[in-house]
Amino acid sequence: MKNVSIVNKETFFHDLFYDGKGMILKMKYANMAITVSYLNQYIKEKIANDEYLNHILIKGEISNFKHHYTGHMYFTLKDEKSLVKCIMFKSYAQKLNFTPKDGMKVFILGSVSVFERDGVYQVYAQAMEEDGVGDLYAKYQELKEKLEKEGLFDETHKKPIPVMPKVIGVLTSQTGSVIKDIINVSTRRNPNVYIRLLPVAVQGEGAAEKIADGIRYMNENYLADVLILARGGGSLEDLWPFNEEIVARAIYDSEIPIISAVGHETDFSISDFVADLRAPTPSAAAELAVPDIYEVKQKILGYQNRLRISLIKKVELMQMRYEKCMASTVFKEATRKIQEQYLVVDQYIKKLENIIKTKYEKEKSNFVELTAKLDAYSPLKTLTRGYSITEKDGKIVKKVAELKSGDEILIRLADGKKNAIIRD
Amino acid sequence: MEKNKNFEEQMAELEKIVTELEKGDLSLDESVAKFEEGIKLSKECNKVLEEAEKKITILVNQDGEVKEENFDAENNN
Repeated sequence: MKNVSIVNKETFFHDLFYDGKGMILKMKYANMAITVSYLNQYIKEKIANDEYLNHILIKGEISNFKHHYTGHMYFTLKDEKSLVKCIMFKSYAQKLNFTPKDGMKVFILGSVSVFERDGVYQVYAQAMEEDGVGDLYAKYQELKEKLEKEGLFDETHKKPIPVMPKVIGVLTSQTGSVIKDIINVSTRRNPNVYIRLLPVAVQGEGAAEKIADGIRYMNENYLADVLILARGGGSLEDLWPFNEEIVARAIYDSEIPIISAVGHETDFSISDFVADLRAPTPSAAAELAVPDIYEVKQKILGYQNRLRISLIKKVELMQMRYEKCMASTVFKEATRKIQEQYLVVDQYIKKLENIIKTKYEKEKSNFVELTAKLDAYSPLKTLTRGYSITEKDGKIVKKVAELKSGDEILIRLADGKKNAIIRD
Repeated sequence: MEKNKNFEEQMAELEKIVTELEKGDLSLDESVAKFEEGIKLSKECNKVLEEAEKKITILVNQDGEVKEENFDAENNN
């Protein structure tokens, strides 16, 4: 696009003359006039270069909305004072999660550009969301603050999720993927799981009441050990039942611990805040509610092993202490002491034996000597040589004087003895 | 739901016994007794897991009365 070369603005305007009835153009500038399309092109480029206008978030009310057979949407966006033309191409229009209608308040994300043919600038919408959401959101915030102040979100009130619940209660719609996901995850973790589904509407009119009744019903008959409150993703309007006060109070009053898994990971509904536990998705809720049986069994196995090991260690410890005692010097000492005593006793015995032996030998030799000597001095020997021993009254008579006539004497000869009387 | 409460208590009790035994300051007799108690408890816990039976049910309201029926998510839509 050729760059518009208005030679010099000041001189150009200066030369124009306005006589109250109209403009008189000095002919010499005639060739400088630009064409209409050139002007529109220029404006289009101007707008295109303005980065603010490339990304705008605008809100307003839809009017004379036309959904063209080509799939494109044409409408105008207005507020009290003015309006702007809008167009939403098919590719973007398909992504809308609501159907635009006249009078609807909306937010539009898009850009501004000039439609050259009509010399009109318009908003090219890429995304659109109901502004009505705004009021819902306000209501949500308001209720959230009110309940928070009342203490419905307090951690202290939240009940722990049972480690091994026998029955898992589920409140969601019986159709759709949510219940399927919950069942799949639960049975994977515990093939013998018991899931009791109480189907409830999760969207639209009266859903909140049904959900609240469902929670009360499960409590009255104690039909579960843990409750999963779940629904899939959706707009704030879709999730609205879970932001209603009666559901919040039903959750708060529930004796059975409740896991809330409402909407996408990024959505936080009031039931999530009141519930005993929030799960980002229904499957996550199932994982939090249903213990993995394999893990529990491993844990029990672990305990058994630790029991065995610690008992074995205990026995070994005791054994060691026993052996240590036995090995301790005190015992050895004792046995050694005993052995020592044995030795000592042995030695004594030996000594005694020796002593006795030597004594015996000595005595024997003495004896022999003595007997020899005895023999040598033995009167018997002299007797054998013909001598005799005279005894009176048992005493040996050595002198004649000792005898007088009539005395009885005993004469001992080598081979015997005789009695005699002294004659003179 | 009384029974399942016991499971949690049993597991807690089991944990307690194991830690007590591991401390090691029990007499030999006490240790043996604790050991036997622990093993018996662990067997009970396993039994609870084995005995459980798979059930997927749905509570349906038939003319005012709530019935519990088997629920098959696959062909329910």
